Amino acid sequence: MGWLDRERTVAPPGFNRWLVPPAALAVHLCIGQAYATSVYKTALVKHFGASLTEIGVIFSIAIVMLGLSAAIMGTWVDRNGPRKAMFTSAMFWAGGFLIGSLGIFTQQLWLVYLGYGVVGGIGLGIGYISPVSTLIKWFPDRPGLATGMAIMGFGGGALIASPVSTALLKMYDPNSGAKDWVASGDAVGRLFLTLAVVYLAYMLFGAFTIKVPADGWKPAGFDPAKVKAAKLVTTENVSAKNAVKTRQFWLVWIALFCNVTAGIGILEQAAPMIQDFFRQSDGVSLVSAAVAAGFVGLLSIGNMAGRFAWSATSDVTGRKRIYMVYLGVGAVLYTVLALAGSTTTVLYVALAFVIISFYGGGFATVPAYLRDLFGTYQVGAIHGRLLTAWSAAGVAGPLIVNAFLDAQGKPGQLNAVSYQPALLTMVVLLVIGFLANLMVKPVDARFHEPRPDRGRTHEPAMEA
Amino acid sequence: MSTAHNPGAKAPATMSTGKLAVAWALVGVPLAYGIYQTLTRVAALFG
Repeated sequence: MGWLDRERTVAPPGFNRWLVPPAALAVHLCIGQAYATSVYKTALVKHFGASLTEIGVIFSIAIVMLGLSAAIMGTWVDRNGPRKAMFTSAMFWAGGFLIGSLGIFTQQLWLVYLGYGVVGGIGLGIGYISPVSTLIKWFPDRPGLATGMAIMGFGGGALIASPVSTALLKMYDPNSGAKDWVASGDAVGRLFLTLAVVYLAYMLFGAFTIKVPADGWKPAGFDPAKVKAAKLVTTENVSAKNAVKTRQFWLVWIALFCNVTAGIGILEQAAPMIQDFFRQSDGVSLVSAAVAAGFVGLLSIGNMAGRFAWSATSDVTGRKRIYMVYLGVGAVLYTVLALAGSTTTVLYVALAFVIISFYGGGFATVPAYLRDLFGTYQVGAIHGRLLTAWSAAGVAGPLIVNAFLDAQGKPGQLNAVSYQPALLTMVVLLVIGFLANLMVKPVDARFHEPRPDRGRTHEPAMEA
Repeated sequence: MSTAHNPGAKAPATMSTGKLAVAWALVGVPLAYGIYQTLTRVAALFG
């Protein structure tokens, strides 16, 4: 399969770099489906006679596998180039749906765990990091804009998959017109088959469109000296193996972990939370289920828009400053939400929207932050290792919120005050993240890769 | 619009605007559809 090799993907003269973002988006829009699983969750519960938790495990396995495969396969992705990585991701992602559909048709839940969870999860991890380092190399003048465009796709994927999946389930299930209709297992199986085919086609389009720039290529009018003028931005390179030995890697890890944990805290509880915040003394909420669903939709838009807008802004402000905004302003907004969010729905919605945009912004900005600190050499692999912060936050965020809410009462009885301990805990986390980000400094020169004019006698040790 | 150029390479070949338009449409149209569908749900928030 030499046609997938990195050497075969070097762009010819005249290649337009603006073809690379749609190639990256083609992959991210597909794997973003991972956030649209709620569409068929109830159908699977009914089909397998399983609990919500047992079905929820499918998604949890996929996210854990995302973090693990991104961390483990990052170096492989950097070495073999984006085309082979995207192709592999497409095989795993589509293969996951195919195995999953087999599990649904044959009533074997473990096959869905294996298919969508394990196999699909590997596709998620490889796909997520596959275009990142290539985009950074094509857009050395605007790395935040470039990665923001791609990672925005991960947020946007669910916006597409959700209505399309609902429409397909209705089409595949002859009883879809019935009152209190829940899709049949057969309809979900067919949906999985359809998604496998469509996603495979889209991701292969991405794989065969993407190209890497030739060595020494730079955009017209780009002056690397201007980039170097920023204090935190390096023109040196640090390997993935050495990056994890630096204090800077772990400070960024903490900053990302805190930002994601705080965001997940709201996202996980979005619909019940807005209803609880405006629950009257008689137990009835001023916010209906339909309005709460609209609120969840608005947060999805905020999440997606923040990925593009804030990441692009970071090219002007610098990465450290924009992270100070995410974490510092985020902490202030979270405090206002906890203490005064229940005064008006407009204030509540506005605060939540901005907080979630910071959550998305944190994801999209971090590859460029890593490029600034560690150079482009193995930025994909370093990014992969950093995504373990996402996996950890995916566990910590819901755990914190659910533990506090369980202690406050039963669902349907909670009000705005019940959320204060959980939200104020998130404020503390954001302050910790803010301080960690504040401590980020340029990486020590002993971690830089050797150059012809500068050797290295021994491998650097872990930084204290 | 920036175009790629290699050091020492000849002038960039004419970029197919059509190819660029098709690539962006392939990802842009579904994304616009998804955003539109979501906004119709969001309308309930302000209705």
